[in-house]
Parts: sequence; C-alpha cells; structure tokens
Amino acid sequence: MAREQSSYESFIKGLWRENPVFVQVLGMCPMLAVTNTALNSLVMGLATLFVLMGSSFLVASLKHLIPKQVRISLYIIIIATFVTIADYTILALLPAVHKELGAFIPLIVANCMILGRQEAFASRHGVRMAVVDAAGMSAGFMFALLALGGVRELLGNGSLFGVDLFGPGFEPWVIMILPPGGFITLGLLLLLFNWIAARKRAFLAEVAATEREML
Amino acid sequence: MSIGNGVKEPGSARLALSLAFAGFISGLAIIAIYEATLPTITANKAEELRQAVFRVLPGVTRIRKFESTPEGLKENPEARGEEVVYGGYDPQGALVGYAINSAGPGFQDTIRVLYGYAPAERRVLGMWILESRETPGLGDKIYKDAEFVANFEDLAIEPQIVAVKKGTRSAPNEIDAITGATISSKAVARIINEGHQRWKGRLPAPDGQPGIEEAEQ
Amino acid sequence: MDNLIWIFISALLVNNFVLAYFLGLCPFLGVSGRLETSFRLGLATTFVLVITAICSWFLNTYILPHAPYLRLISFIVVIASTVQFIEMAIKKLSPALFKALGIFLPLITTNCAILGLAIFATNKGYGFTEGLVFALGAGAGFTLAMVLMAGIREEAELSDIPALIQGTAMNLIIAGILSMAFMGFAGLFSSG
Repeated sequence: MAREQSSYESFIKGLWRENPVFVQVLGMCPMLAVTNTALNSLVMGLATLFVLMGSSFLVASLKHLIPKQVRISLYIIIIATFVTIADYTILALLPAVHKELGAFIPLIVANCMILGRQEAFASRHGVRMAVVDAAGMSAGFMFALLALGGVRELLGNGSLFGVDLFGPGFEPWVIMILPPGGFITLGLLLLLFNWIAARKRAFLAEVAATEREML
Repeated sequence: MSIGNGVKEPGSARLALSLAFAGFISGLAIIAIYEATLPTITANKAEELRQAVFRVLPGVTRIRKFESTPEGLKENPEARGEEVVYGGYDPQGALVGYAINSAGPGFQDTIRVLYGYAPAERRVLGMWILESRETPGLGDKIYKDAEFVANFEDLAIEPQIVAVKKGTRSAPNEIDAITGATISSKAVARIINEGHQRWKGRLPAPDGQPGIEEAEQ
Repeated sequence: MDNLIWIFISALLVNNFVLAYFLGLCPFLGVSGRLETSFRLGLATTFVLVITAICSWFLNTYILPHAPYLRLISFIVVIASTVQFIEMAIKKLSPALFKALGIFLPLITTNCAILGLAIFATNKGYGFTEGLVFALGAGAGFTLAMVLMAGIREEAELSDIPALIQGTAMNLIIAGILSMAFMGFAGLFSSG
C-alpha cells in the first residue's frame, strides 16, 4: 500500500510540484521553439516522453554495469540513440509535422531535463520508480507544452489543433505565434504558476495559524 | 574521457570497452530503425517532390531529373544540389517545361522556390514555395494566397519579373504584390529572376530538348 | 560575398540564435546576471561554435555521406569531446584564462546552441567558409543577446519590482520584448 502511494506521488510531483518547466525551468529551448501550434506541442511532448522513459528504463536497469567515470558519456549515447529512433519514426509517419519541427527533434538530446533525470534519479533508483518518475516528468513537460502551445495557437491563429474556433471575425494576434509571443506567454504562465504557489503557501500558513489558535 | 587515477577505479581498458560496447549496441539500434523507415521516407520525399513539380508544370505526367554538366544536361536520378533541374513531360512525351529550384533571402529567412519554366516561350508556368519562414498572416501569403500564386501561371520572365502594387498589373511580366507583404512578394520575384539568370543559357532550345524516347532506351 | 554577409547578418540579427530560434536559453536565462561574465561566456561560446563548425563540416564531408543515420550521435560525441579537450588545453596553456572561464566551459556542452549550429548548418547545406561565417554570426548574436540581457538585469536589480514577478518570469518577459525589437531587423536584406 505504502509503495503504491509513493509511486503515485512520484508521478504527481513531476506533473505539478516539481514540474520541469514551470518550477525547475528546464528544457526551455524545445519548449519555446515548437509551441506555436497545439499539434506541434503534442508531437514534441510524445517524442520527449518516449526518449525520457526509454533512457530512464535503460539507465535504471544497467546502473550497476555503468562505470562512474564514463556515465555521462554513456547517458548521452543512450539518449541520442532514442532521439534518433524518434526522429526517423516521426519523419516516416508524420512528414508534415517533421518539416515544421525540423531541427528541434534532434535537439531533444540537448534538453537538460532528460540528462538531469538520469543523473539525479534513474541512476539511483529501481527500474519501476525510474519509469514512474520519467512518466511524471514527461507528463509535466507535456502539460507545459500543451498549455503554451494551446494559448499561442488560440490567440495567434484563432484555432486549436487546427480547428477554427472564433470564425472569420477574429483578427489573430500574429505576434503570439512569433518568437516574442513564446517568451511572453511562458513568462506570464510562470507568473501564474508562482501566484498559485504563493496563494497555496499563504492558505496553508493561515490554516496552521487557525489550528494553533484552536489549541 | 575522465582520467582514472585512483587505485580502486576500474582500468581505462574497461572504460573504453564499456563505451565501445554501448556505441556498438546503439549503432545496431540506429541502423535497424533507419533500415525500417527508409522505404517510407524515400517514398514520402519522392511524392512531395512530384506534387510540387506537378503544381508548377500543369499537364505533366512524367518527370525526369537532370544534372547540368559542362557538356549539357545529363539525366541523373541520383543528382543532388544546385545543378539539378526536373524536366516535365506530357502524355505524348513532349517537354512541357523545366521545374527549377532557386533560393534567396526573404523578409525573415531564406526562401526556397520551385518554378516551372517553358524554354520555348520563355515563360513561367507556375511557382511553389518549398521552404519559408515568412511572417504568419502577412509574408506567408506568398504561398497561402491563391491569388498571388496564380500570378505566376503563364508569366513572361523577360526582361525580368516585376512586382507592382496590387491591382496595377498591366504588362505580361508584372505580378501583383501582396498588400502588407511587399518585401516578401518582391523577394519571390527576385529569386525567380536570379534563377533565370543562372539557368537560361543552359536549358536547351526546343529542338535540342531531351525527349522522353531517350529515357526509354 | 553578398551571400556570406547575408549569412552573418542573418545569424547575428534577423535570425538571432537566442531571440528567434530559442537556442542557448539555459545560459541566457541562468548566467546573464552580470555584464562582465555574460561577455566572457559569449566569447567562450563563440570559440566553441567555430570549432564545432569546423568539426561538423569535416564529419559532413568525409564520414556522414556514407552513414547519414549516425549524424546526431556523432555530432553530440564530437561536441562533448571537443569541449572536454578545449578545457584540458586551456588548463595547461593558460591557467589564468581557465580561471576566468571557470564553470562556463563544461556548461557549454549542454548549450543547445552548439548542437543547433551543427544541425542548422547541415540542413542549410553550408560549405566550409559559409559554415565558419555562420558560426561567427551565431556566436556574435549569442554574445549580443547575453550582453543586452545582462545590462537590463543589472539595471532591474536597482528597481523596485514585486517579489512575485522577479526571477525567470521577468527575464522571459524582458526576452520577449528584446525579441520583438529584433524583429525590426527583418527585411534588412530583401528591400531593394
């Protein structure tokens, strides 16, 4: 029971409390570059999920065989292999999306979130926990990608996943799908996240204070 | 990469061995996925190119790939790079025109254009943007605006293509620029003009056309 | 020559690596607190970019035509070992410079601008000279963005800013405004 609990918690923490984008501010480069539409965000999220789960699984299973001195190089080789596999798969199945994401699929290798999870978690925990943690982190990353991509596509193009929502009367905010829109939207989302966290802290402090008073 | 200098550290031989082993396994995995996806990817790319050539050369049913050499055009299906043109043929095997690649700076980044060119009439038959990062909503009308693309169907290329203010098109070598995206429109015209300068001397006159019969031999 | 100038200006201003392609954001958001260090990190990154351009040209010309599927893995291995090698060389040759660069050198390995440069140069089909100019432009653009950001942040430190917006949120919004300003450079080469 306790074990069940802990793996659920470790999944949830990646989604919210330790969200790789909003809290740890990792993986910024693919985050901003590909989120001009919701579909691109989804594909990038899935590719990252595949790479992170695969690498975490391998690293956790092989952790006793990996010599400490060359571990970083080995992690990079493992990650690059998974990224190449993802790259070719997307190129074969979704050529149009691949054209838009372009160089940013190979750049998943340089996403510090993935290497960071190997070093900080997968190499120190069992296979099961490593996979759960990877799933949580990827879900958190995907959540951030979709939030950003959704807002940018909605405002910048008036559509979501390519479906027109506002009709012809809507004048799109073109700036949102251009690079400045990415920076500013992410900045505002971070602000929102900080605000929610601050509210929660204040609420908890208030609850604690009331409890003390009641005693 | 790291230097094993401690006593209990594993020897460099073991480190090198584990790296080499990892490299070997990863190489196998990569080659496997490459071989598995290669047919689909090649087919997709060929299909995309066919679509583009058909768009710029109406009425074409067969395509041949030529490479420009000092002795003239040579068919070479493996050719790559700047010295490549595609010849488009109608069902009777007569040459309709050439599809030519040209690229140059646009408003934002490099624009790559494919245009169809009829050497006998010295006219552009169609234009298709292969790659561009022009501003969404404005510059991207160079391929999203059907009216602008239609400018290039049957357009005189000599002395050169000129972009004029929308609605003032009067000569056969003029195109209507897009309102709000004049620079992108002019860039497309300039890129085609530059392509024409590079290629006009090298494309054989109608009597010297490489016919379809040659290809069948 | 025109073409080379366009490549340089494009990487420096119009398609600035940081502000238009979002490459090298980790150091841009993380290390841009001080003007002095930002400038140094920019120079070190430019240096690595140039070396990477040379290496990736070599790989692209002699090795990868036979094995295109090894592109990504060979790029990343070459970059990681280049940075490590440069680190060792600088440590031996100039301890003073090594001290000045400090933690920045290893940080450069994880800078996606480096891998991005190799991949973009390959996709654009650049030759040796073009690749070199592209690397110089990208490095100069990165340095420019870093220095601008650091200058603004040094000023912002003296201002009264609500606690909630301080940190990354504010830096991102500043970056957005800078990026908007850089959009003004678009069209620099096509009017005329």
